[in-house]
Amino acid sequence: MRIWIAHHSDAAWHALRKLAVAPINSLLYLLAIGVTLALPAVGQMLLTNAARLTESTPPAPQISIFMASRADSKATKDVSERLRKHVGVKSHQFLSREETLSRMKGNPDLRDVIDALSSNPFPDAFVVAAADDSHLAMEKLADEFRKWPNVEHVQLDSLWVRRLDALLNLVRTSVILLGVLLGGGLVAISFSIIRMQILTHRAEIEVSQLLGATDGYIRRPFLYYGVLLGLSGGCVAWLLVGAVTLWLRTPLGELAHLYDLVFSLQTLNPRDSALLLGLSASLGWLGAMVSLQQQLGQFR
Amino acid sequence: MICFDRVGKRYPPGGAALSELSFEVSEGQLVVVSGHSGAGKSTLLKLIAAIEKPSSGTILVGGQNIGSLSRSALPYLRRRIGIVFQDQKLLFDRNVFENVMLPLSIAGFPQRDAAQRVRAALDKVGLARREKALPIMLSGGEQQRLAIARAVVSRPSLLLADEPTAHLDRETATDVARIFSEFNHVGVTVLVATYAYELFPATQHLRLDHGRLLQ
Ligand SMILES: Nc1ncnc2c1ncn2[C@@H]1O[C@H](COP(=O)(O)OP(=O)(O)O)[C@@H](O)[C@H]1O
Ligand SMILES: [Mg+2]
Repeated sequence: MRIWIAHHSDAAWHALRKLAVAPINSLLYLLAIGVTLALPAVGQMLLTNAARLTESTPPAPQISIFMASRADSKATKDVSERLRKHVGVKSHQFLSREETLSRMKGNPDLRDVIDALSSNPFPDAFVVAAADDSHLAMEKLADEFRKWPNVEHVQLDSLWVRRLDALLNLVRTSVILLGVLLGGGLVAISFSIIRMQILTHRAEIEVSQLLGATDGYIRRPFLYYGVLLGLSGGCVAWLLVGAVTLWLRTPLGELAHLYDLVFSLQTLNPRDSALLLGLSASLGWLGAMVSLQQQLGQFR
Repeated sequence: MICFDRVGKRYPPGGAALSELSFEVSEGQLVVVSGHSGAGKSTLLKLIAAIEKPSSGTILVGGQNIGSLSRSALPYLRRRIGIVFQDQKLLFDRNVFENVMLPLSIAGFPQRDAAQRVRAALDKVGLARREKALPIMLSGGEQQRLAIARAVVSRPSLLLADEPTAHLDRETATDVARIFSEFNHVGVTVLVATYAYELFPATQHLRLDHGRLLQ
């Protein structure tokens, strides 16, 4: 056990020294790995932030029905009655044009515009919650409403949420794809760095094998080096994500403010940070392992 | 200690480097292996250390059949054998002390005892004062003695040396030969491949000629 610990601390120490001996080279390696990892990591960071944003908006999908302006109170009552009897409608709420007008006047930006108009521009409206709120069912329902007399316009309110959701799904898939691709890239980087290390330590490896070194003894320092490369590269990526977050926070916050949203971009959460570092270390190890497998086969 | 039974070695695609080689070496011998260049001396030593595998026949070292040794058992055989290579195989980016330390760190020897052993081995070959020197700064004789120190530092019971006196002047060669006979005196079995067999007080002499043993 003591031998085992001594071998491992030896190998870890060796790996650290290797990084320190050639600081410029090491810095470039770490930058290459860091940038590689930073791309999917930034994607993940943006995703979690976007997910936070959509969670804070009401997801319950609604259908708005706007009456034609010529419709009288009887026509409106008629629609209300139809909605009450319709099995596809869970609940509905009537918004009179007067109500809408006074609500809109509450918005200081709009008040002047509205005051300038000679008459109330808003129609009577219904807000409908559907019994089945799947997208298809709601589309069908909306189509049905459109055919009703005196109905001017029907709108699926939650459409943008659905669009955003679909968009987020696309981005999520892209981030995973990017992660897989660039993770492969990291393995390749680690592979070729370790390959070079093995080649420059050829004599040492050969002599060690002749003097009775086990495969484990030979591999260990290179594996540590691979893990250290991956891990440090992961740290660089983490810092890059932090920098991007800081950099985007102000402009994104201002943008969000324009939409009446309070939003502050957050960097990677602890779970994603741990995932980033764990993955980068494992991928560094994997690259080293593959390289060793390929290179050491040629000795002996 | 060592037993060859009708051993042959063929390097593809060339002819046979060794053929029908049978001999025994018992413990505590000082064996000289002589023969012209290309006779198969190095090959014989490499077979003992399992650096090369025999093409035919069986080789026992310390009762173990080398031919049937698994890859994972190989390192442990090598640790019991001290080898002075024909080309020495010193690490030129490590100093004298670190070169001799290598077999001990490979075997996982405790650090403190290891340093003492390295010093004892260097003392024995007369390099005690050159610990910090790099191999490139040593003379030919000193490099050879460094290689010997590395071979004996883990106190193997079997010591193999491949032309350890080549390229050395007469006086230095005699010096190096004396070191081997000293190790032999304390019970180490020694096999030396050399042209200069008269320098070694051999107890057994294997003469090779084109891969065959001369009686
Ligand atoms: N690795 C090798 N590949 C092919 N032929 C070899 C190899 N090593 C040695 N030989 C051949 O085997 C024969 C014996 O070589 P060696 O054992 O080195 O002889 P010695 O050490 O007595 O000079 C020679 O003919 C040499 O050319
Ligand atoms: Mg030879």
